[in-house]
Amino acid sequence: MFYRESGDFKTTYAKDTQTFPIKLDRVGYYIILAVAFIAIPLLLITDTGGGASYWTNAIFLPFLIWAIAAIGLNILVGYCGQLSLGSGGFMAVGAYASYKLMTSFPDLNILFVVILSGAITAGVGILFGLPSLRIKGFYLAVATLAAQFFLVWLFNKVPWFYNYSASGQISAPTRSFFGFEVTGATASAEAKYLFCLVLLFCVAWVARNLTRGRIGRSWMAIRDMDIAAEIIGVAPLKTKLSAFGVSSFFIGIAGSLFFTVYLGAVEVGEAFGIQKSFLLLFMIIIGGLGSIFGSIIGAAFMVLMPVLLKIILVDQLNWATDIAAHFQFVIVGALIIIFLILEPHGLAQLWRLLKEKLRLWPFPH
Amino acid sequence: MSANFFYTIEVIANGLMTGVMYSLVALGFVLIFKASGVFNYAQGVMALFAAMTLVGIQTGQVPFAHLINVIFGTHLDKFGWEVPTFIAILIALAVMIGFAFLVERYILKHLVNQDPIILFMATIGLAYFMEGFGDLMWGSEIKKLDVGLPQGGNVWLENATAGWAEGFYGFYIDNLDMWATAIAIVLVAGLIVFSNYTKTGRALRAVADDNQAALSVGISLRKIWVIVWSLAGLVALVAGIMWGAKSGVQFSLSLIALKALPVLMLGGFTSIPGAIVGGMIIGVGEKLFEFTVGPYIGGATENWFAYVLALIFLVFRPQGLFGEKIIERV
Repeated sequence: MFYRESGDFKTTYAKDTQTFPIKLDRVGYYIILAVAFIAIPLLLITDTGGGASYWTNAIFLPFLIWAIAAIGLNILVGYCGQLSLGSGGFMAVGAYASYKLMTSFPDLNILFVVILSGAITAGVGILFGLPSLRIKGFYLAVATLAAQFFLVWLFNKVPWFYNYSASGQISAPTRSFFGFEVTGATASAEAKYLFCLVLLFCVAWVARNLTRGRIGRSWMAIRDMDIAAEIIGVAPLKTKLSAFGVSSFFIGIAGSLFFTVYLGAVEVGEAFGIQKSFLLLFMIIIGGLGSIFGSIIGAAFMVLMPVLLKIILVDQLNWATDIAAHFQFVIVGALIIIFLILEPHGLAQLWRLLKEKLRLWPFPH
Repeated sequence: MSANFFYTIEVIANGLMTGVMYSLVALGFVLIFKASGVFNYAQGVMALFAAMTLVGIQTGQVPFAHLINVIFGTHLDKFGWEVPTFIAILIALAVMIGFAFLVERYILKHLVNQDPIILFMATIGLAYFMEGFGDLMWGSEIKKLDVGLPQGGNVWLENATAGWAEGFYGFYIDNLDMWATAIAIVLVAGLIVFSNYTKTGRALRAVADDNQAALSVGISLRKIWVIVWSLAGLVALVAGIMWGAKSGVQFSLSLIALKALPVLMLGGFTSIPGAIVGGMIIGVGEKLFEFTVGPYIGGATENWFAYVLALIFLVFRPQGLFGEKIIERV
C-alpha cells in the first residue's frame, strides 16, 4: 500500500537508470546514510562510558571492514563466478603493504596508504588470477589455496616484511586524517568508525556502478557461461583479470583497515589464516552471491551472530565459552546448508521477495 | 656411496609413505566425486569425526557430556567401561553409515541438479557443522588414539642398514607409516575388486559414467549415494585411524583434507590410481623440497609446496595426470 512505484514518473534517462528507482527506497537509503554518518558518530561522541569503544570494536569496525572485503570477494565469486579461497592471503597482502608503506614513508597520508595497499594487493591478485585462464571451477578454488598458504608463509618467514622485529608481529603507528587520529592506540572510536564508513561507502558506490556497467556485464557473462561469452566477444583474459584485480583491490583495502584501524597489531597466521577466507565466503553465501547489498548484510550477519550467541549462551546461560564456540560452528554450518537449499541467493534475495510482496500488500495479486 | 645419498633415499621413502597417507584422504574425495559429482570438502572433517567417535567409544565417553552437564548441571564424564578396539571400530563404522544416510536424506536430496559449486559450498557448510558437532559430542581436547598398531621407528631396519656409509645411522622409517601403506594397499585393492566384480560396484561405475542412463536402467541414485557416502565414511575412518594414531586426534586432522586437494588435482578428480600416484608425488615432492631447498628459504615449506606444485602443474594439464579430458560445449 505504501511501498509502490505508481505515481513515480521518470522523465529523464538518468532518473530511469538510477540505483534506487522507487522513491521509498531512495528515502530509506538517505535515512540509513544519515543514521550511519551523523547519528551514530554523535552517539559515539556523547557516550563517555566504555560503551562507545565496545560498540565500535565489537560490532561497527568489524562490520564495516568485513563488508568492504565481502564486496570485494562478491565481485570475484558472485559476479565473475571464480571461486576463491585465498582472500585471507590477499587481506594479509593489504595489511603488510600498509605496514611497509607506513614505516617507509611516515609522511604519507593514511588514506593514500590504504588505497596504495589496495593497489598492491590488486597486483598480487592479478598475478594469482593468471591461472584462472586455464583452470576452472574447483580446480581454481584449490589453486587459490596456493595463494592463501604461500602468502601467509611468506609474511611469516621473510623478515623484511615485518621490519625484522623480534616477535614477528607488525603494529600500526599512529596516523591522522584531517587532524583526527585514526590509527594507533589513542585514536578515538568515532574517528575510526567514520574513516571506515567513508571507505565502505566509496567502495560500495564504486562496486555498484561497476557491476551495472559494461565491465560488470562482461563479468556476469563469463560467470554464466564462459565459452559462450568468449564467442560473443567478451575477452576472458581481460574480464577475469579485471575481476581479480578489482576484487583484490577491495580486499586489500579491507586487509589494510583490518590491520591499521581495527587490530593495530597483527600476527599473520592468526589474523589472516584460512579461517578468514572461509568466513568471508560464508558472508557472501549467506548475504547473497552477486549482490552488493547482500555482501553488506552478510557481513553484518556474520559479525553480529557470534556476538549475539556469546551474549545469549555465555552471559545469560553461563555456558563455557568453548561450548558456545562449538555451537557457533554448528549453527554457521547448518545455516550455510539451509541457505543453499532454500535460497541459494541468500538474504538479498529474501529482501527482494519481501519487497515484491510489499508492492502488492495487502492484496494477494 | 655417501651418507647424503642414503639420507636422500630416506627422505624419499618417508615422503612416499606420507604420500600414501594423503592418498587415503584423497580416495574418499574421488569416490564421492565419481559417483555424485559432489566435491566433498567435508572429507577431512569426516576423518576427524570418525577418529573422534572411535576414541570416544573405545574409552567409553558419554556423548555430549559437556553439553548435558552445562544444561542440566550434571557431572557426566565416562560410562566407566572400555570397548574392545575391534568392536569400537565396527560401531564407529555404523555411525559413519548412519551419517551417510542423514547426508543423503537432508542435504543431497534437496540439492539435486544444482551447480557443482553450490554443492561444494554446501559441503563446506557440512564440514563446519560436523566440526562443531564433533566437538560438542566428544569434547575438543587432543585425544590419544591407540588401536594397537606399533609406533616409533623400525629398529630392525635401522640396525640392518646402519654403517652402509660413513656417518650414516641407518634408515629411520616409522612402523606406523609402513602399516598405513600396507592398509592403504589392501583398501585400494578391496575397492577395485568391489567396483569391478560386484553388482553394486558395477552400479556405482554406471552412475559415475552417466547418471541419467543409470537411472533409466533402474539403478536407484539415492541408494547409490548412500552407499558411496558410506564407503567414503569407511575410507575416512581408516584415514582417521592412521592420522590419529600418528599425531593424535585433533583439529589439525581436518586440515590434512586441504592437503588432499592438491593431491587430487595432480591425480585428477576421477581416478583412484591418480589419487595414489598424486599423493606420492606430493609426499615425495614436499619432503625433498624441504630437505634440499627448505633450509635456504626459511623452512616450513610443506605448508604451501603442494598447492604451488599443483597450481603450476594444472596450468599445463588442467585435468590432472589421470583425469578424463575436459570437453566443454556451449
